[in-house]
Amino acid sequence: MSSTAAVEIHGAHAEHHELGFVRTYLFSTDHKMIAKQFLFVALFMMAIGGLMAMLMRLELGWPENQWSFLRIFPETLQQDNAITPNTYNSMFTMHATIMIFFVVMPILVGTFGNLLVPLMIGARDMAFPKLNMFSFWVSAIAGVIILSSFFVTGGAAAAGWTSYAPLSAVPNYTGVDWGQDLWCISLIVLGMGSLMGSINYITTIINMRTKGMTFFRMPLVIWSLFITAILLLLALPVLTTALALLLFDRMAGTHFFLPSGGGEPLLWQHLFWFFGHPEVYIMILPAMGVTSDMIATFSRKPIFGYRAMAYAMIAIAFLSWIVWGHHMFQSGMNPALGTSFMLTTMVIGVPSAIKTFNWLGTLYKGDIHFTTPMLNALSFVAMFVIGGLSGIFMACTPVDMYIHDTYFIVAHIHYVLFGGSLFGIFAGITYWYPKMFGRMMSEKIGKLHFWITFIAFNCTFFPMHILGMGGHMRRIYNPLQYDFLKPLAGINEFISVSALILGAAQFIFLFNLIYSYWFGEKATENPWHANTLEWTTPVHPGHGNWPGKLPTVYRGPYEYSSPETTEDYWPQNAPPEHMSAAAD
Amino acid sequence: MFLEKMYFPHDISTFGPSIDAIFLLIFWITVVTWVLVTITLVVFLVKYRTRPGRKAEYIEGNSRLEITWTTATTVILVALALLSRSTWADIKEHGPPGDFFYKVTAKQFNWEITYPGPDGKIDTKDDVTVENEFHVPVNKVIRIELESKDVIHSFFVPNMRLKQDAVPGRTIAVWFQATEPGTYEIPCAELCGFGHSGMLGHLTVQSEDDYNKWLKDTYTNQ
Repeated sequence: MSSTAAVEIHGAHAEHHELGFVRTYLFSTDHKMIAKQFLFVALFMMAIGGLMAMLMRLELGWPENQWSFLRIFPETLQQDNAITPNTYNSMFTMHATIMIFFVVMPILVGTFGNLLVPLMIGARDMAFPKLNMFSFWVSAIAGVIILSSFFVTGGAAAAGWTSYAPLSAVPNYTGVDWGQDLWCISLIVLGMGSLMGSINYITTIINMRTKGMTFFRMPLVIWSLFITAILLLLALPVLTTALALLLFDRMAGTHFFLPSGGGEPLLWQHLFWFFGHPEVYIMILPAMGVTSDMIATFSRKPIFGYRAMAYAMIAIAFLSWIVWGHHMFQSGMNPALGTSFMLTTMVIGVPSAIKTFNWLGTLYKGDIHFTTPMLNALSFVAMFVIGGLSGIFMACTPVDMYIHDTYFIVAHIHYVLFGGSLFGIFAGITYWYPKMFGRMMSEKIGKLHFWITFIAFNCTFFPMHILGMGGHMRRIYNPLQYDFLKPLAGINEFISVSALILGAAQFIFLFNLIYSYWFGEKATENPWHANTLEWTTPVHPGHGNWPGKLPTVYRGPYEYSSPETTEDYWPQNAPPEHMSAAAD
Repeated sequence: MFLEKMYFPHDISTFGPSIDAIFLLIFWITVVTWVLVTITLVVFLVKYRTRPGRKAEYIEGNSRLEITWTTATTVILVALALLSRSTWADIKEHGPPGDFFYKVTAKQFNWEITYPGPDGKIDTKDDVTVENEFHVPVNKVIRIELESKDVIHSFFVPNMRLKQDAVPGRTIAVWFQATEPGTYEIPCAELCGFGHSGMLGHLTVQSEDDYNKWLKDTYTNQ
């Protein structure tokens, strides 16, 4: 109790002192400001990653075409105004690296984690505010390193985001020298930042829940962030180890992955995917959490099967450690092992199915409000179903033999990561924008952005399944070099046009983000009539979040349309009737 | 054929039909599931859209439903895995004894095909190596030792649904049996460097007589 009191005094104390610009905006220890910092940096990176995707689609839609605007790039990147194969390889490598490590993870974990964990569990800040600040700045340095790799001799990394050795381990194989080294260094540095963050989230959630906030009264988004933090804590050291070994192979003459010195190329794949598969769930679980909260709030109903939802996420967390081999069915790994991984992979589909059915159950007999965050969350469900179902094809070893390394996989990963995670991100940003900036995002612009994105997304990525069924390999620069891919050229062109529209539509979101900051409708304390604690703070919460005492929690987060209340919501901190009567 | 309308390359392998059959089975399971889920979603969205004077019904969950859908999905998914097991084992774990033997060595950015000399054995002095031209007799079991000289490549024959990575430092056994004469493409399916796109060999499936004639010509030209 005494520590809570001390924190309270600190919180009250902080409000009396105006901090300078640097302490408020740059080296802030306030979790809400750090959340915004992660958001802005990630949105900047998203623009870069997105532009690279546009260049790739130009190349695939109209292979080796000359585009006069490519003149702006140096001779090393283009030749006679056409994209070169090496540039193309750098593009898809960096597109994936940036989108995964510098966009989706920082927004889901950095922004939502920082913003929501203290606010939703009723804490004044993170357990370690300075470590939190440090985590952001370490990640920012990693971002600078990865961007600088575009400007070194030999260009940026070009061995794919999976950087399979030996291609990545010997500079001569790709012609990329420092680019690949900087790629390794950047991700090692980023790993440290993520580690600091995850320790912070875990400690905060375990120790700093306010009175009455039991584990099973936590909103599902907090459950998802808690599980994600544990996965991060355990998975990232494996990646860091693999990256260090790769760097030694490149720079110090070791042969961990090079058979010429007794090394084993498949060791890289085992290490990478042992990290990589939990990583996949790190990128989807928080979006699932966001979606669960949106669907309950805007259906004005309790989430269907709250405990089943939490247990399903725990099951995913455990199973995610024993499925990595499904990335390696055709790698030369013992095929008998492939059968075991096929079985575990099929089983990990079950908790995802449970979650989908529970989202449908939540909508049943609800009172559904189609706000922008709700539309994005519903789109998450619809797209995640497609992404999940297409996963069954590649889980099946004989079918995977055909579709492995084809556009079928590209379609699958984008249905999960864009259709899933990114729609979850759009939902979350729109929903918590009033908490971050004190204003509502424009619903009209938000809906315009949603519908164009939803349609263009499906026109871009759904036909990729058909490309994959035609055998179209991924990571090829010019599909017209192959006779069997020539009938697919029309589909490729259609995808490219859709992708350009999809890319352009994101400026609408950016515009809404900026426009609403100044001209959005002013937010009230609880604009969505939600139950969770972040809406019990003032519109502009100060350092310490609650001006007075921390809220006490009396019930779960999803008491919507309860027969015990006249309103259709019942905030977690509203005292039960007999207690408020006693207080009167 | 439905799958060929969906751009599947024409199948010329003995194991292709069973792969395509499993693909189709999963295809119909997923299509039916998707249609049911999406119809449910849309019906709920229309039926339970907000209307004045109606409150949502307070429902927290239903254990019987949870158990039902957990069991149903588990049974379907595990059944699919068990069903696929034998096809996979036939292709990758064992397979029929070989009639003809070759070595395929991948390197940036070509396939080196090594044909045994008149002694019928690989890795002897009379071997002949040709780049990117892989000739095999029709309806015979072909066995390949797959190797790589530099980075990981992937031996992919879309017309046979066959894919196997070539890993430096390892010799991986691959087999197939082609059922129709013709020329088919062998792209590389694993990113292998700036020349990855365009790394392409050709598989020529011939009658045994044509094959022997071609091989004899190749020996004499060496």
